[in-house]
Parts: sequence; structure tokens; C-alpha cells
Amino acid sequence: MSQVLAPAPASVPRPATSTPRTAVAKIALIGNPNSGKTSLFNHLTGLNQKVGNFPGVTVDKKTGLTNLTPNLRAQVIDLPGTYSLYPKSLDEKVIIDLLHDKKSAFYPDVLIITADASNLKRNLLLFTQLADLKIPAVLALNMMDVAEKHGVKIDIAELQQELGVPVVPVNARTGGGIAALKILLSQQLEATTPTFFKIPEDLLVMVRQIRYYFELSNDYLAWHYAHQYQKLSFLSEDDKAYIADLVKKYGFQSNAQQAAETIDRYTRINTLLLDAMRVTKAENNEQISNKIDQVLTHKVFGYLIFFGVLFMIFQAIFAWAAYPMDLIDGGVATLNAWIHTQADGPLVDLLTDGVLAGLGGVLIFIPQIALLFAFIAVLEETGYMARVTFLMDKIMRKFGLNGKSVVPLISGVACAVPAIMATRTIDNWKDRMITIFVTPLMSCSARLPIYTIMIALVVPETYFLGFLSLQGLVLMGLYLIGFLAAIFSAAMLKWVLKTKERSYFIMEFPTYKMPRWKNVGLTIVEKVKAFVFQAGKVILAISVILWVMSSYGPGSSMEKAEARATSELKTLNLNEADASAHIAGQKLEASYAGQFGKFIEPAIKPLGYDWKLGIALLTSFAAREVFVGTISTIYSVGDSENIATVKEKLMAQKDEFGQPFFTPARAFSLLIFYVFAMQCMSTLAVVYRETKGWKWPIMQLVYMTGLAYVSAFLVFRLFS
Amino acid sequence: MQKDQKSVRDLKIGEKGIICCLTDPDMSLKLLEMGCIPGEEVKLNSRAPLGDPITIIVNDYTLSLRLDEAATIKLKA
Repeated sequence: MSQVLAPAPASVPRPATSTPRTAVAKIALIGNPNSGKTSLFNHLTGLNQKVGNFPGVTVDKKTGLTNLTPNLRAQVIDLPGTYSLYPKSLDEKVIIDLLHDKKSAFYPDVLIITADASNLKRNLLLFTQLADLKIPAVLALNMMDVAEKHGVKIDIAELQQELGVPVVPVNARTGGGIAALKILLSQQLEATTPTFFKIPEDLLVMVRQIRYYFELSNDYLAWHYAHQYQKLSFLSEDDKAYIADLVKKYGFQSNAQQAAETIDRYTRINTLLLDAMRVTKAENNEQISNKIDQVLTHKVFGYLIFFGVLFMIFQAIFAWAAYPMDLIDGGVATLNAWIHTQADGPLVDLLTDGVLAGLGGVLIFIPQIALLFAFIAVLEETGYMARVTFLMDKIMRKFGLNGKSVVPLISGVACAVPAIMATRTIDNWKDRMITIFVTPLMSCSARLPIYTIMIALVVPETYFLGFLSLQGLVLMGLYLIGFLAAIFSAAMLKWVLKTKERSYFIMEFPTYKMPRWKNVGLTIVEKVKAFVFQAGKVILAISVILWVMSSYGPGSSMEKAEARATSELKTLNLNEADASAHIAGQKLEASYAGQFGKFIEPAIKPLGYDWKLGIALLTSFAAREVFVGTISTIYSVGDSENIATVKEKLMAQKDEFGQPFFTPARAFSLLIFYVFAMQCMSTLAVVYRETKGWKWPIMQLVYMTGLAYVSAFLVFRLFS
Repeated sequence: MQKDQKSVRDLKIGEKGIICCLTDPDMSLKLLEMGCIPGEEVKLNSRAPLGDPITIIVNDYTLSLRLDEAATIKLKA
């Protein structure tokens, strides 16, 4: 106790005693955004990373294993970047849930606090708050080189003395200092001794009451309970009521106290930096970045460049990804053909037309997803994404969105699921709900296969000026339609939703940096893994179910169909291949899948679709990417001898008049349907989790499907 | 505090001022944590193409914020 009340003694951090730990230590990484936290995490853990959810909430939790010494492992938890322990967003709330609850499964043994040396003063605010919680900690001082370039010299020994914890200079870009950090962490560390903030005398009684009631180890933690009891999800209603009474009794003004505390801490930091930091030249930190900003946030060039960047991404996804995709496609086809030459029978069919067809449908998107996330990661890493936010805020506000909505909306181009999770950075409830509602309208990567195939079917492979592909332009048009639908829906919602809460947009503008390729690489690996294992499971399962549904029918209907088709053959006079295709087609029509498709045919007839597309439409409700797998399964059953690409099979399809089935009208109608339709169970599930109810996901489902149906109908009429 | 007191909103590009106080209790904590502390020097760095938001330099780093928010950071006369 006396330790808290007495003026903080400036003691030397104890040299760590070398008692090695026995159990696996839990290390939490915490620091300001842009302080190099994630790079440090990647250096420590490399590919040993896992992404999960924090218990009870849906914020991404990254953990990883690191070897501190050859035979001492530790678990590292990467916490969301934050400026203080007073959370402003759901993302940051995770931190207090974890650090304020000793019983939490992830309560850390040690903290690594990252700080940007070129911006030490602000970074130390969070440090002093954490220090007062008395959790053993190490300060990883990043970007010393940048600081020195700007004439800021930091005396590490002096700083260590003032802060009372080991200070390790690191370079999160090159990995310098990581070895020293690991050695320190492998030893028994102590909590800091100085206390940086003195709780006001008149509130100490209240704080102590909370402290003893909850058996907390220090006053500052109890002080946080007084401020944030409503946000702490591990407290029971009774506990919260207990604190609420105390807060009322003592007239505790949380806002005013937080402001006073912050100013107090900065005063303290200023004094302590007087000795530890020398500024030799008063040169501005940001000169080069400012010069770049003059171009990238320019009235005209700013938007032109942003548009150019987006266009380049679409071109890349469409043109560059084609080569590895063709390889994968060809590889799967060859494998399928080879298996067919080796063996025959229903099990082999299940393996080739069910499992392998489904697997191919998953693997083929890897190049596109990898490319897309490579671009998004680079934009984030360089600091350009913050400029995009800045450029777009005023425009987005007109539509009831927010500059910060741009990132979820752009991520929505990859997948709505992580994008909807990314809306957690939007502090304002209304802005966030609107962003969640409209994000699935952005064309996600799961729509790409449908776009790709339909465009390849009906849009000629023409090039303008030698490099502008017409197919690429149509693809970009589809993305644009999705984007426009998103912002106009947002504008509409802006009038519907009422709220008193204010939205704000206070954000750090990071300086431009070269992307750290290791971070980019790890992002790609993480996203591809998530896709393969999450969407992949659904696709594979549905592919197998479909194979079963299309291979078997109710009762003896399949046998009857076969017999009827065989007898018809006598009058038709077909060659061998066409004859077997005719039989297979008749059988498919009689199968469960056929019955299913026919059942819904009347509803989709106005859009130009037949029962075969009906099957694909229904199965792809689980996830859009299933569409291609479904039609390839359906059509390959009708033509099982020929293992060609899906495109070739579709081109060969004829309607009842013997004309090509996939006319531009049908293809465009399908395209528009998939631009708008809410064909994704995972998105609905994540919206349910994020909004904590069925109201939003159901509204989304009804709205988007309605929009899809009406638009597809109009497009079909217009083109036919 | 007088209504006509100058705020960050009123600065011209490149112009500097000293922060006197923050007028909006909801916003002030966020601004304080980001380094907008009374007594610090603040410079209007740039405006977004549509005039809003703006970027300011305070504490040697760049912060972007909207005009409404800038108006709550009052400057010493």
C-alpha cells in the first residue's frame, strides 16, 4: 500500500535473476497502433501462428509459440493496438477484459510493451498505465534509427532507470534486438516499482473499497474497475451494481477523472523524458511523408491515383491470377482423367466427380485470394490505407458512412466475413451498423468464379490499346455496381436509423513506409488458410452431397428413366457419346437433384433460369463459390466421358430449341443476381454475432435477395 | 470561455497555435490520449481535397480529424 501512496521511488530495475521458468509462459504484446507490434509478433512467432476468437467476443485473437531459449517455449498473444487502457472501441475492450481479470485464460505472465522511439512521449502514456497495473513488463523500444535521424537521442540506461523496467532497443523491421528480448523474457521478471499516477486522495476510500471487495492486487486496478465496470464482461450484475452504488455515493466523475489522469501522466512523462531524451535538431519528423501526401491526397491526383490503384488490383486478379488458376484447373482435370483410366465404379465416381471436383473448386481460388490480400496488406503496410480513409471521409459521410468504412468496404471485396469484423474499428454505432449492412453488397472473392465463368462465356476476349481487356472492364463494372448498391443502400439507411451518438474521426496518420514483406506474406498465408479450411469444408461437403443427390433418385425413378432413355435411343439414331450423354441427362432429371430443381423452376423461370440452374442457385446459398462446383457436377454427370473445363461444358449446353443455353441475357441475369444476392451463410452468421440478434441478418437477407431477384428479372428482359 | 475564441478549425495551412483547452468532454479524452494536451503547439498541416477532414501536426506526428472535432480544440490568444 505505502508503495502506492509514497512518491514513486526511482529505483534501478532489478537485473533479472536467472531462475528459469517451468511452465509455458504467457506473454502479451501490447502497444500503440503503428508501433511495430505486429512485426514484432511475426518475428517472434513466424509461421507458428493461430487465429481464433477471444472467448465471448468475436475479435480476432492471434497467438503464437516462440522459443525463448532452445528448450523454453512461450505463448505470445497479440493484442489490438491501443493508445490507452480506456477503450474507445470493441476491439480495445478485449484488452481490459484480459488484463483486468486475473482468472482470464490468457492473463499474461509478462507484457512486452512496444513503443515507437520517434514518438516516445505519446507511446509512454500507455506504458505508464500498464506499469501501474503492476504486471511484469519489458519495454521494446522500436524505431530508434528513425528517432536518431530526426535528432532525437534516447539514453536507454537513463530511461530504464526512470521507468523501472528493462528497456530493449529493437528493430521490428530487421528483427534486430529480438534475441536480447528473448533472453530477458526467459528470466524471471518483476513488476515495475515506480507508480506513475497518484489516485486523488478524496477517491481513495472508494477505490480501496472496490479493491478489497474484489481482492485486487493494487489500487490502480480498482480505479479501473470504478471507471469501466460496465464494460468488464467478466463481472456479474451484482458486482456491477456494487460498484455503481459506490460510484454514485462518492460522486465519481469518470470522464473528468480520465482527462485529469491523462494530463497528469503526460506531465509526469515530460519530467522523466527531460533526462532520458535529448532533441538536438528541431526538424520535423514528417517532411518526406508530407511531400508524398501533397501528391497522394491531392484534389485531382489523389482520387485518380486511388482509382488507378483499384483498377490495377482488378486487372491483376483477372489477368495475372489466370496463369496459376489454369495450372490448378489442368492439374485437377489430368488427375481426374488418370483416375478414370485406372478404375471404374460408383466409388471412383464419388472420388472424381464429388471430392476432386469440390477440391478443385476450392484450390482454384487460392491465386486470386492471395493476390487480393497481398494488395490489401501492402496498402495497409505502406500507410496508404489511412490516406484513402482521409480522402473518402467527407464523401462517405454523405452516405451515412465514415472514412473508416472504406477499409471494411474494400476488404469486402475479398470476403465479407473479415470485413464485417473489421467494422469494429468504427466507434459509432450507427456508422457501424450501416457499414455492416452494406458490406456484403461489395463483390467478394466468392463471386469472382461466377463472374469469371459467365464473363468468359459471353464477353469476347478483346483488348483495347493492347492492354485494356474488355473482360476486365466488364468485371470492374460488376464491382462498381456492387459498390454503388452499397453506398446508395447506406444513404437510404442513414434516413431510417436514428441515433444521438456522435461519430468521430480522430486518427493517427502513419508516415509512409516500405511494406514489410514478411507481414504481407503472413497475411496472405493466414487468409488463404482461412478460406481453404472454412469455405473449403462447405464447398467439399456440398460437392459430395450434390454428387449423391444427382446420382440417386426416389424409388426406382432412376432405373425407369434409364430404361425409357434407352428405348428412345432406337428412334433417335445417335452416336455412342451422345447416346450415353442422353441417358445420363435423363437420369439426372429423374434424380433427387433434378426433382429439387424442377420444384423451384416456376419461381426462377422469369429470370431465364431452368431447373439445372435452380439446383445451383439453391446449393450456392450456403456459399456463392459452390455455384461453379455445382454446375460442374451437374453438367459433368450429363457428359461424364469428357473431362473438359467447366467453361467448355457450359458453352456446349443447349436449350430446348437446340440453341446455346448461355445467351448473354441469361449470363448477365445470373451475374446481376450474384452481384446482389445474399448467398452466404457465413456472412449471415457473422452479422448475427456482431449485431447480437437476428434482426440485422434477416433484414439483409430479405433486402438483398429481393434486390437480386428484381434486378435479374429486369436484366433478362432487357437483353432477350 | 468566449465563444469567439480561436480554435484549430480557424488555422490556415502552415499556421501554428498553442492548445489552450478542449471544449467537448466526449471528445477530449480521445484527443488528450492522442497528444493534444493543453500547452502543446499545434500546426494545421493539410486539408482533404473536399476541405474536411484536416491533418494537424502535434507532438511531432500527424493526426487527422474532422473540422467539427478541430473546432473543439481551442487555442491560446
